[in-house]
Amino acid sequence: MYRKHGGYESLKKALGMAPDAIVEEVKKSGLRGRGGAGFPTGMKWSFLAKPEGVPRYLVCNADESEPGTFKDRYLMERIPHLLIEGMIVSSFALGANTSYIYIRGEYFYVLRILEKAIDEAYAAGLLGKNILGSGFDHDCYVQIGAGAYICGEETALLESLEGKRGNPRLKPPFPAVKGLWDCPTVVNNVETIAAVVPIIEMGGDAYAGIGIGKSTGTKLISASGHINKPGVYEIELGVPVEEFIYSDEYCGGIRNGKDLKAVVAGGSSVPILPKHLILKTAAGEPRLMSYESLGDGGFATGTMLGSGGFIVMDEDTSIVKNLYTFARFYHHESCGQCSPCREGTGWMERIIKKILDGKGTLADIDLLWDVQSKIEGKTICPLGEAAAWPVAAAIRHFRAEFEEYVTRPEGIRDVRHYYRVNQLEPA
Amino acid sequence: MRESDPFEICRRQDFGSCDSPGTPSKGEFQATSFAGDSAFFSVQNAEKNEAVQSPLEVREPEQEQATTQDIKFSDETFALVQRTIRRYPEGRQKSALLPLLHLAQAEFDGWLSAPVMDYVASLLDIQPIEVYEVASFYSMFNLKPVGKCLIEVCHTSSCWLLGAEDIVRHLEQKLGIKKGQTTPDGKFTLKTVECLGSCGTAPMMMIGAQFHENLTLEKVDAIVEEWDGKGERSRYC
Ligand SMILES: Cc1cc2nc3c(=O)[nH]c(=O)nc-3n(C[C@H](O)[C@H](O)[C@H](O)COP(=O)(O)O)c2cc1C
Ligand code: SF4
Ligand code: FES
Repeated sequence: MYRKHGGYESLKKALGMAPDAIVEEVKKSGLRGRGGAGFPTGMKWSFLAKPEGVPRYLVCNADESEPGTFKDRYLMERIPHLLIEGMIVSSFALGANTSYIYIRGEYFYVLRILEKAIDEAYAAGLLGKNILGSGFDHDCYVQIGAGAYICGEETALLESLEGKRGNPRLKPPFPAVKGLWDCPTVVNNVETIAAVVPIIEMGGDAYAGIGIGKSTGTKLISASGHINKPGVYEIELGVPVEEFIYSDEYCGGIRNGKDLKAVVAGGSSVPILPKHLILKTAAGEPRLMSYESLGDGGFATGTMLGSGGFIVMDEDTSIVKNLYTFARFYHHESCGQCSPCREGTGWMERIIKKILDGKGTLADIDLLWDVQSKIEGKTICPLGEAAAWPVAAAIRHFRAEFEEYVTRPEGIRDVRHYYRVNQLEPA
Repeated sequence: MRESDPFEICRRQDFGSCDSPGTPSKGEFQATSFAGDSAFFSVQNAEKNEAVQSPLEVREPEQEQATTQDIKFSDETFALVQRTIRRYPEGRQKSALLPLLHLAQAEFDGWLSAPVMDYVASLLDIQPIEVYEVASFYSMFNLKPVGKCLIEVCHTSSCWLLGAEDIVRHLEQKLGIKKGQTTPDGKFTLKTVECLGSCGTAPMMMIGAQFHENLTLEKVDAIVEEWDGKGERSRYC
């Protein structure tokens, strides 16, 4: 079925190209990692060390655990062969004869879908020895995780793939030099690898023509929260945020005709922005769905595209309570190697809980700010920062709401925390 | 970390963070050990097919007389185990640990007892401690028995925004237990978990490998009733 629609044509084309030429096309396309950091993929590939006689590996990051993100699941569930074709093409470009797809443990049924697709690819001679007579051998396997967000961090993922606890490694050495079993390794997100297929098909320059500026191509956005049409949307980068939220083509506006309060635009780790800053930049320009436009203004007035987990909150949402769910999440998921992250996430969770329970003081808000500010830049992996940023942004933009919790603990009980399940009406 | 995690004390983030403003640390000491979870300490060595001694026996000599039970994968699962190990290069068989623990959990009553973990260690030719430290790190591995139907309700942002708290409260009432507990008849265990990648179809919960999405209280009732009538165990794999 996939082949009937032109599937595996890119693979045929790629096998006729020189591996370096494929890397060149990916560089030209301007493709940036879709896993969250947005690092240029072609550049990452060109860093891969190639010592004689040492195997290289491609590892696909399908851990997808960033709250608000569910696009990789959708892609793998609906078009598993797109990922597999991307894996073969990318592996050919990198000279990797073995690749692994590391998928989060809860996606067991997706694992089954991928395994079936891989079997089909073997049967069709698209995997295994001498693929399509090219002389290139490649084996692709799926590895299952077991419920740990930190295993999405690339070095923790490699540890986990080696059968260990998911403790991130100190960098350098980077995976491109010492990765899986100390061999040179490239780790890429599912969506990144899938994007290699159209790039080869249409050529890097044509792909770079899609999108806006340095945000080339299309991006899958996982939209959730108080919108009329939650789901996964493929957008051309550069769509205005306002259009994305309100047009019927995408989110279809806010539920129950409510007003928009705030948006977390790129997964739980990125700073939350209030309505006026998510729709327009501080300079009054319309905000666009692109790496640059969402980042405009730095963290003072901007945010990040991140993994594309777009969580929308309506006017009645308690920002403090929402933040509590994030803080609890990061405390739960910290691997515990670095004191600022291990202890800081616990402190943040408890302070926010105290404020929520109406037992906080104004000093607690300052303490919370203080704790978050002492994490960034002092940890082995970016989870520490990912935990601190949402806290900082919530206080920066919604300090009045925190103060209300500590000064009017009785009054705040009237504020609705969430929707009632059935009637989708205020609780 | 799951609520019922007996390894809570050796888990990273709770170390020493007792001195907190407000609510007490989650990491209260629990007097649980591997030994407390099981009454038997001998397993079969897969290759030599003879009983091997668990290192735990040294710590708990009084348990030595406890029943011995042969722990062995079914032939079918064992073939799958062999195939899984072959995915990795020579000498890298430890990489198969996570998939094997999933298989073990599915085959041996939904949780990992010390003898089961020792058995997995023997299959991969690694030390039991290498298995315990991994099993205690990942939240999908249960280190205590769980009910036949394991209900995990997501309570992170997107699900919370759409009423996850209502779902949890409703289930607590319906099952007569608090989250983290198992019903006395051993049928249901209720847990809350962090984002499971279904935020667009929130609120959601998971039973075994099955996602239940766009939940309403009526849907939850129907699902619980269906499981109430079932004899089998929910399975991840
Ligand atoms: C705590 C943490 C969690 C992460 N989780 C994921 C994830 O679930 N999926 C993913 O693709 N990348 C995740 N990343 C990013 C990866 O470390 C890595 O940058 C990415 O897989 C690289 O692929 P890309 O260049 O294709 O984006 C995470 C990073 C951190 C620090
Ligand atoms: S920052 Fe947190 S998650 Fe990352 S290595 Fe340190 S303790 Fe572990
Ligand atoms: S927040 Fe519940 S599945 Fe993502």
